[in-house]
Amino acid sequence: MTGQVQAQTATAAPLLSLEAIDKSYGSMPVLKGCSLEVARGETVVLIGPSGSGKSTLLRCVNLLESINAGRIVFNGAEIADTHAEAPKLRRRIGMVFQNFELFGHLSAIENIMLAPVRVLGLSRADAHDIALSLLKKVHIPDKADHYPDELSGGQQQRVAIARALAMKPELMLFDEPTSALDPEMIREVLDVMVELSQEGMTSLVVTHEMGFARRAADRVVFMEKGEIVENAPVEVFFSGSGNPRSQKFLSQILH
Amino acid sequence: MTISLSLILEYLVSPVFVQGAVTTLLITVSSILSGVVIGLLLALMQESRFGAIRGGTTLYLWLFRGTPVLFQIIFVFNVLPSFGIILSGFVSGVLALSLNEGAYMAEIMRSGLQAVKRGQKVAGRALGMTEWQVLRFVVLPQAARVILPPVGNQLIGMMKLSALVSAIAVQDLLLAANQTASADFHYFEALTAAGIYYLAMTTVFMVLQAALERRLATRRRSANPPVSLTRRLIGMTGAQSAVR
Repeated sequence: MTGQVQAQTATAAPLLSLEAIDKSYGSMPVLKGCSLEVARGETVVLIGPSGSGKSTLLRCVNLLESINAGRIVFNGAEIADTHAEAPKLRRRIGMVFQNFELFGHLSAIENIMLAPVRVLGLSRADAHDIALSLLKKVHIPDKADHYPDELSGGQQQRVAIARALAMKPELMLFDEPTSALDPEMIREVLDVMVELSQEGMTSLVVTHEMGFARRAADRVVFMEKGEIVENAPVEVFFSGSGNPRSQKFLSQILH
Repeated sequence: MTISLSLILEYLVSPVFVQGAVTTLLITVSSILSGVVIGLLLALMQESRFGAIRGGTTLYLWLFRGTPVLFQIIFVFNVLPSFGIILSGFVSGVLALSLNEGAYMAEIMRSGLQAVKRGQKVAGRALGMTEWQVLRFVVLPQAARVILPPVGNQLIGMMKLSALVSAIAVQDLLLAANQTASADFHYFEALTAAGIYYLAMTTVFMVLQAALERRLATRRRSANPPVSLTRRLIGMTGAQSAVR
């Protein structure tokens, strides 16, 4: 799969391109000249110690965080950070959060239907069909009418993935999607993500799950102190021949 | 003194009392609805990035909480005409009660908005919703569960406050009763009839409120235990609206 993606990278412009992104909170820099490209169909895993800026970088992509300098190019067009443009961009980029953030007043299927109906203007019947097929895709069609507080963490996260997919995004952002889950539920969420990746969904994933990176990633990006230290194909990254700082981090999280 | 039950009954069905009760009901409902809208706007303005807007709301709350509502009613009715704004007694009353109610609703709305976690708004935005859509489809429906019980209390409080408009000659239930009584000195019968109307309306509000809260509670376990109807009736709901 990796070879195919690399061939694609060579011929087509990347779907997402971050160019020298700087961001700081007050006088504290959190991102320092981060550059990263994600090709269509590629799965890129972002890893690094906490506070390294990986979640912030992810949130800059769909303008949940504003940047101080640099350029974000999505699908060939530079992204302008304006109130009018941000919602339009976000329709095309799905996001999954650490704490699921399902809407508590809506059932699973209503959570998935909300944005297609209200944002895209789909009919309820059409949105319902899409939502049901997505619940099948994440393996919980029987939970359609359950409310978030009646679902396990793993089930909630899978509904959240379905909710993001309902907008038919061109890119999916995963912000530590399994960090808030009990160990026995991590697998069911990762399996869904691996399936998505194999179907060619372009994904940028912040995670500590190295098993997922091995199974699904095309490339692994290691960040530390707001900088991208290493950006390598997955087999190179795990071969032990990469950057010493990322190898040190790897040995720490793998014990 | 002889008490005539038939006269009470006669008053209850007389056009003057029925119209008075309808006026009271209209004043109550329109004031509470406008109060909710004003309160929501104030609550949203308090979250504004701009200091001037936040300052403006503080000034508003200070003015309307710091003066008696009867003063505000009389002020609107008697002072606005000298600026060329001539409003009927009914409109003046509703305007003053709404503006006053908004100042108290702001706090209720704010607690409701704050009960919805930030991550929920972020999730709405990430789906491509505009700020208005996030408010309308994500925040307000969830805030409503928190807001509903205290708004119900305010509604009952407003029904009682509405009697103050009789001071600016609006033919509400109280003025209707008082004028009827002073015409033939049957104070007991006339005011009893008015009292029956007030009790009937507040009871209906309480029953509606309890039913609505029960409907919400079946879906979601409420942080507040349900309040029995008897406790509501004698005003032991904890967050009873303040006497102004």
